[in-house]
This record gives sequence, structure tokens and C-alpha cells, in this order.
Amino acid sequence: MTETSTTEGTGTIEALSLVPKAVGRQSMKDFKSDQEVRWCPGCGDYAILAAVQGFMPELGLAKENIVFVSGIGCSSRFPYYMNTYGMHSIHGRAPAIATGLAASRRDLSVWVVTGDGDALSIGGNHLIHALRRNVNLKILLFNNRIYGLTKGQYSPTSEIGKITKSTPMGSLDAPFNPVSLALGAEASFVARTIDSDRRHLTEVLRRAAAHPGTALVEIYQNCNIFNDGAFEALKDRESAEEAVIRLEHGQPIRFGADGARGVVRDPASGDLRVVTVTADNEADVLVHDAHATSPTTAFALSRLADPDTLHHTPIGVLRSVERPVYDTQLADQLDVAIEQHGKGDLAALLAGGDTWTVVG
Amino acid sequence: MTSQVSSPAEQADGTDGNDTTVVGEQRRPGGTKDVRRLDRVIIRFAGDSGDGMQLTGDRFTSETASFGNDLSTLPNFPAEIRAPAGTLPGVSSFQLHFADHDILTPGDAPNVLVAMNPAALKANIGDVPRGAEIIVNTDEFTKRAMQKVGYAASPLEDGSLDGYQLHPVPLTTLTVEALKEFDLTRKEAERSKNMFALGLLSWMYHRPTEGTEKFLKSKFAKKPDIAAANLTAFRAGWNFGETTEDFAVSYEVAPAAKAFPVGTYRNISGNLALSYGLISASRQADLPLFLGSYPITPASDILHELSKHKNFGVRTFQAEDEIAGIGAALGAAFGGSLAVTTTSGPGVALKSETIGLAVSMELPLLIVDIQRGGPSTGLPTKTEQADLLQAMFGRNGEAPVPIVAPRTPADCFDAALEAARIALTYRTPVMLLSDGYLANGSEPWRIPELDELPDLAVQFAQGPNHTLDDGSEVFWPYKRDPQTLARPWAVPGTPGLEHRIGGIEKEDGTGNISYAPANHEFMVRVRQAKIDGIDVPDLEVDDPHEARTLVLGWGSTYGPITAAVRRLRTAGEAVAQAHLRHLNPFPRNLGAVLERYDKVVIPEMNLGQLATLVRAKYLVDARSYNQVNGMPFKAEQLAATLKEAIDD
Repeated sequence: MTETSTTEGTGTIEALSLVPKAVGRQSMKDFKSDQEVRWCPGCGDYAILAAVQGFMPELGLAKENIVFVSGIGCSSRFPYYMNTYGMHSIHGRAPAIATGLAASRRDLSVWVVTGDGDALSIGGNHLIHALRRNVNLKILLFNNRIYGLTKGQYSPTSEIGKITKSTPMGSLDAPFNPVSLALGAEASFVARTIDSDRRHLTEVLRRAAAHPGTALVEIYQNCNIFNDGAFEALKDRESAEEAVIRLEHGQPIRFGADGARGVVRDPASGDLRVVTVTADNEADVLVHDAHATSPTTAFALSRLADPDTLHHTPIGVLRSVERPVYDTQLADQLDVAIEQHGKGDLAALLAGGDTWTVVG
Repeated sequence: MTSQVSSPAEQADGTDGNDTTVVGEQRRPGGTKDVRRLDRVIIRFAGDSGDGMQLTGDRFTSETASFGNDLSTLPNFPAEIRAPAGTLPGVSSFQLHFADHDILTPGDAPNVLVAMNPAALKANIGDVPRGAEIIVNTDEFTKRAMQKVGYAASPLEDGSLDGYQLHPVPLTTLTVEALKEFDLTRKEAERSKNMFALGLLSWMYHRPTEGTEKFLKSKFAKKPDIAAANLTAFRAGWNFGETTEDFAVSYEVAPAAKAFPVGTYRNISGNLALSYGLISASRQADLPLFLGSYPITPASDILHELSKHKNFGVRTFQAEDEIAGIGAALGAAFGGSLAVTTTSGPGVALKSETIGLAVSMELPLLIVDIQRGGPSTGLPTKTEQADLLQAMFGRNGEAPVPIVAPRTPADCFDAALEAARIALTYRTPVMLLSDGYLANGSEPWRIPELDELPDLAVQFAQGPNHTLDDGSEVFWPYKRDPQTLARPWAVPGTPGLEHRIGGIEKEDGTGNISYAPANHEFMVRVRQAKIDGIDVPDLEVDDPHEARTLVLGWGSTYGPITAAVRRLRTAGEAVAQAHLRHLNPFPRNLGAVLERYDKVVIPEMNLGQLATLVRAKYLVDARSYNQVNGMPFKAEQLAATLKEAIDD
């Protein structure tokens, strides 16, 4: 990624300007709680936890003003391991709970940790509404394409035909593509990253943190017990060359060995497709614009990946645009109401207009 | 013309030994008609749901309130916004009872029915006693309109209304005629017929009219033509009463000055009083108010009202669904707001899991349930008390929740403050059980002075509260106050108190995840003990004659039960009355009170939910008396039932 990071130094992110700054230097250790981490050995969640704990000091925020809210599922144990304020809530509802917290406390940095079942099945409604509202939340969606905590049923991101305990003859329903879904739900910030790529994951977190409004970060996460190797195509050095498209704002979208492959727009359909880059078509290779007003191209990029082989999976920030933030506007309305009507006078409110008096 | 007299059978409240009758007659100076004084009147406005009957009733109520009568109202309307015109299901009505003394109910039977069409007549005539006055809009009594509701012959001509004082008035024609100077289509002019009717009734009962004139001017401030047309229709109705020979008498109902303690009063509906109670609680607790809500009848008016008061620091959040409504409220509670969610029965069902989470996390949260007829969608616009057991038990696991129920529309104000007191003191979700009758009904309310409001000050946790064996000071989120058993409320932003809470069972003290059997047993019992130990006032019993029969009620049945008890006592019967405001925990003395009586009767607008609780807890053979027709009890009927119990 080539954009200059806005988070160098500490406590300087504009979107978090109302959150009190840390006093003194913080280290990763400050963000580790005293609780024993209880994920299965080898779970991708460990890598994500380490990346988040390692990244937090960079924000330079008072850690008592950081809150992690989660739902239910393996990933939702996350808040217990962060030495911040935290809530491990109920299945699917974390975005709703976090919305109330963020909308009433603008001095907090509120993070939601959720999974593919939590966010896209039982909590699908809350997720899309949080995205359209653009509340100041950072949503980390750990996608392992399986139900882990309930021991291995297919999830709303599992590929069709998935053989699981609940689908011995193969699952029948088409999966969600979380990035496409978020773009369709008017998300102002959508990114995708991978648990095992700590540098990329950290950079995406950095961008998400700096975004004013709701940020959705899909993190491909390996469940080594129930869906091991689900993202192997993106991790294996050889296959990754053809599978992973690293998006960088302002750069031509090229990938493969020596950038041999590129994404171009099909002039006939307007859709995107992958080509082998030649001298003739090099000029046609699409330049990634994460800040494009229209989500159309970001959506087309999100559709490039083959849901079965994961070939041509874009990672990085697909969309990052600024639009009004719910909690900011809500606070503004309160200020305007006071400007227009004065600070609330309870005695006057209770008395209302039409009264009569009884004297002794 | 005969005078308006109510027989004992129609008498709603029996406030003294005498029947309500004409108490005086005088000729108004300068007037040409008789003026008679009454001690109370029940009027019912009825028409199509598009006829503006609720507005008409509201205006008459405001006039009556500002005149200083005691009053009680019963709006009754269909769930459809515009039900098919002229049909029985489309009839909307508004009943108003007003008096020169204190009254308790909107009244059993109207003394006056205003019927704007045949459907309104047919739907309401069954409630109107012989001798009452009926004003009908004859213009709407066309052959077709009458056939639509099954009148083979015109009830205005077939003698079926002979026992009533019928006033046939061509309301539509008169209204259109009065507005002929205006540049309005006939249809537009016809719309003002409700204001004509209001003007006529305002003349009949000597209501002050300034309020309505002011209201019309401000309501139609942007459409001065429409404002002027409505004013003209309103005044034309008044003048019609003054001049036409059909109305020979007008009535005065003196202000109820003696019935009220000294103070300043206003008229208030239950939902408005509840909204004001919440804003007041926010001020008294010095916490910002946060409402997470999803629109649902009959609770939406609270969302509307609170949304108007952002200058009190009130944040209202219209959520994507009921679950998100309470979820957002719970998130705000975690952040230190006075958090509220408002709904009706179907919404409570959806919120159950989150209420359980609030029980487990022990955070203050108000759940306001404006009950309506159920199950499922049920009767959205009608009243019922059938969510008591849902409020009590409708969650997985042992999840006790305190329950507070207001008894009258104005009492919704105090009940909201009381629910907030319990939530904040004991760090618990609290159910506030109002209902459709309280929500939409209205009555005079003595406006409290601010220094009369309870102190709800809250202390957030500020630092460590526990010393470990090694001498280090730590914060334990589940270390309880020994008196209240409440845990500390440590809000994000407080340095050093970072902690994690959730729905998984927690270890006593530390709040860390614990699956230990003995710890769970302890935590279940301590959560129950906290709710059981809530300090609630003792139950007061009204028993002047050492009765053997006790009638026990809760919530909105207070008015009808009290009216029935007054009747019985007037008739020389001894009956004791007690009314529960706290349904969980019950007042400490409830068991002792029940033991004092041979018979206990529990009237409820459900199939015996309080009776079930009382029988289970106190082994008392309580008799249940139930009504689930979507309407409040009638005092007469209740009195008859209680009489049977007394005589049994």
C-alpha cells in the first residue's frame, strides 16, 4: 500500500479526535488482558489478536476509551483478551449494541468483533443497518466459512455443496460475499485481509481506524479444526500469485508473477475481467480508486473472485469514501435543538400550555 | 325535552349517595334558553375513521380540562388507518366523562352519542341507555349507507330510537352551507363537519372555546384558508345550537375545584406522562436519556414525544427492529446513559434475549411495554393486561426482572420515575407495564414542583474496590453493594477500571468467565436475591368497614375497580380494596394482607395472570374475574361481580 499513513505519531487520527489521548507510551502488553486465551491451538484468531494488540498502541488512545463489543461465536471471545472495556453480548446483536454505545459516547473508539455466522446469518439485519447508518464503528468480521463453536455446520459464506454435519449430502444455499454485501448496504469503508498476513492486516486496521464512520474489515481466518485450509489458495506461495489481487489506491491493478496479470474493463459489458498484460493492453489496466464516489467498480472487483477456488480474490481497501457520520449528526441535532429552543427547562415542559389552578 | 338523568345502572363512579341528576336550573342572563346544571356527563363522539373523531374528542377534552372539570377519556379506534368508509369495523370513537367531582373512569354508558353516520350509530347504540341524547348527522343516512350496515329501514324513522332524545341534524349540509363563501370544493368543505359538531357540543356544555380557536389557527398556520374554514364551521356549530329550536336546553357542569388538591393542573395522556417521567428521571439522575425503539402501536407516541426534546439531551434512535432497539439501549446503558426501550407485547417477545443479557450484565435499563390485545399481532389498538407473565417469566434461565405498573394515565409519570429508581439503584432491567387504555386515555394531572421529584443520583465506580491477598488494589466488576446487592457501574472512559462483561456466567466478584457449578448456583441465587430484596412500599388497603372481601387489582383496572367499590359502599356493602403497583417483587406485606380476608377477588384484563402468581406464592384461593374484549372494565359490571362474591 502506498498511501501515506495518517496514524504516524500517536493520537492524531482526525476521526478519533474526540477520544482522549494516551498518557505516555503504550506497548502491545498494555492491551493484553490477564485472561488465558482459549481458542484451539493453531486457530487463525491468535494471529488476528496479536495483530490487533500490536496495532493498538499506534492509535495512541487512552485505552479506557476503547471498547470491543462482540456477539457469539469463536471470534466473539475476542474482547475477553483485550485489556480495554469490552462486552461479549448475544448472537448477532453486537452491531446494534455498539451503535447505542457509539451514538451516546463520542469520546469512545468502538470496535465490533464478529464472525460469518454472527454477522451474516443471525445478525445480518444489524450489520447492513449499521453500514447504511455509518455509525463510528470498526467492524472486524472474522470469516472462516464455517460454524466453529457449534462444531462444524456450514455457514452463510460456505461454498455450495459443502459437506458438514448438518449437510451430509452437501449444502444447497449460495454463499454471501461479505464485501459485495457491504457495498450493497451503502458501506463507506470496505476492506478485506488475511489472518496470516500480519503486515497487510495491520495496514488495513490502520486505514479502518482512520475512517470516519462504519468500517467493515473482512478477515479471512482459518479454522484448523472444522474447515482447515479454507484459504490455502491465498496463502500457498505458488497458488497465491494467481489467486491474490492486492489493491492499492492509485495503482494499476496487477498481480501474478512479475505483475503478468491485470484487471481491465470489458468495453462491451462494462464488467471487469482478468487478462495477461501485454504491451498492447497495458494502458487499459484499471487503476484502483478506493475513493470513487460510485461503488460500482468496487462491487465489480468484489465479484472477480471464484467462490470455490478463490482465484482472483482482491484484498486491501476496496472502498473508502467520506459521508455523514450518524453519531456526529445526532450530536449536531442536539446542539441545534439547544440553539433553537434553549437548554431544556423541565418545569416549563411539565407545565405545558393549557393549565388551570386550584386554590384552597 | 326531558332532562339528562343517569340512573344508578349507568352511573360510573358513585362518588356520593345520590344519583347523578339535574342539580339546578337557571336561565342564562341574556339567553333565551334553559340552562341546567349537571354534576357529570358522558359524551361519545363516533364516526368513520376518516371523520376526525379523535381530534374532535381531544379538543373537547382540552376545553373541558381548561374549564377545570375532572375528566377521563377512552379513545377507541381501529388498527387500520383508513378502514373502508361507512363500515362497522371502520368506526372510530372517543368517549369523555367529565364532572364537577372526582371521577375514576371514562364512564360505562354515554349520556350523549354523536353519530356521524349509520355505522357509528349501529356500532354504538348498544352502549347507549334509553333516555340518552343522540345527535345524528342525517346527511349520511342515505339508503345505501344504511344498507351497508344492515339497516333495512331508517332507524331515524322506524321508531327504534323512540326511547331516546333524538336530534337529527344535517351536519354535512349545514357545514357546507356555512363555508359557501370559501373557495373550497364540496368535499373539502365537508371535512370540517367534525368542527361543526364540536361547536354544537361546546355550546351544549358551555365549554370555553378560546383553546380550540387557538389550536385551529396554529394547526393550519400554513394554510390560513383551511384554518378560517374550520373556525367558521366551529362557530357555525355553536351558533346553530344557540338558535335552533331542536336544542332547547344547554348544560353546565361546574369545575371540580373541590375534588382537587391545591395546585396547577393540566390534562395529560398516559404516553405523554410516561415520556415526561422519563425526561424527569434523566434530570433527577443527571444522566443523558437514550431511547432505542422500533415503531409499534400503542407505544410509538413515546418515541415521537421524546424525539421532540433533544434540547434536554435526549437521544432517540429509531432502530431497524425491536432487537436493535433494546440492543442500542443496552449499549448506551453500558456507556452510562439512562437507557430505555419502548414497545408493546410482540416487541417484548423479540427483546427477551437482550433483557436476559441485561439481567446477566446487571445494567440499568427500562423496558416500557404498552400492552395491547394478544397473542401475536392481536388487537393493536385495544387494551389488555396479558403480558404480566411474559414480563415476569418470558426469558430463558432464571432471569428475574422487577415490574412496575401505573394505575392511571397521570400515574404513568410517577411510575416511570419509580422504574428508573429501581433500575439505577439495583443495576437491573425493569419492566414498566402500561397498556393501551392508559396510553391513550387522559385525565387532569397536578403538575409537580421540581423539588418534589425523587433524587435519583447515581455514583459511577471511580477506582479499585477490592484488595487482593498480595495487597494489590483491583477493580472487581461483580463485587456487590452489601445492602442492595447491586454491582458497580463502571463506564468506559474511567481509567483503571477496564473490564469485560457478557452473557456467559461470571465468577462472583471478578466477573471472569466461570463454568464452576457452585459459582453458577451462587450467581443464580444472588441475582434472584437482589430482585427479591428491592425496597418497595407496603401495600395500602382501603378498608373503612372491616370487610370480609378484598378486591385486589394492578395497573389500569384501578379506575373501574375503585368506581365499583364506591358503588358497593354507597349501597351499604363492606368491601376492601388494594391495588398493586409493584408486581415483582410484591410488597412485603401482601401475604399478611391476603390472610386478613375470607375472600379475595382479582379482576384482570387477562385470563387470571396476577391470580396465578398470588395463588402460587401465597396459597390463597383467590377468585379471578376476567375480561379480554379489548376494552376496560365497566364499573357496573364489576360491582355486580363483586357483590356476588360478597354474598357468596
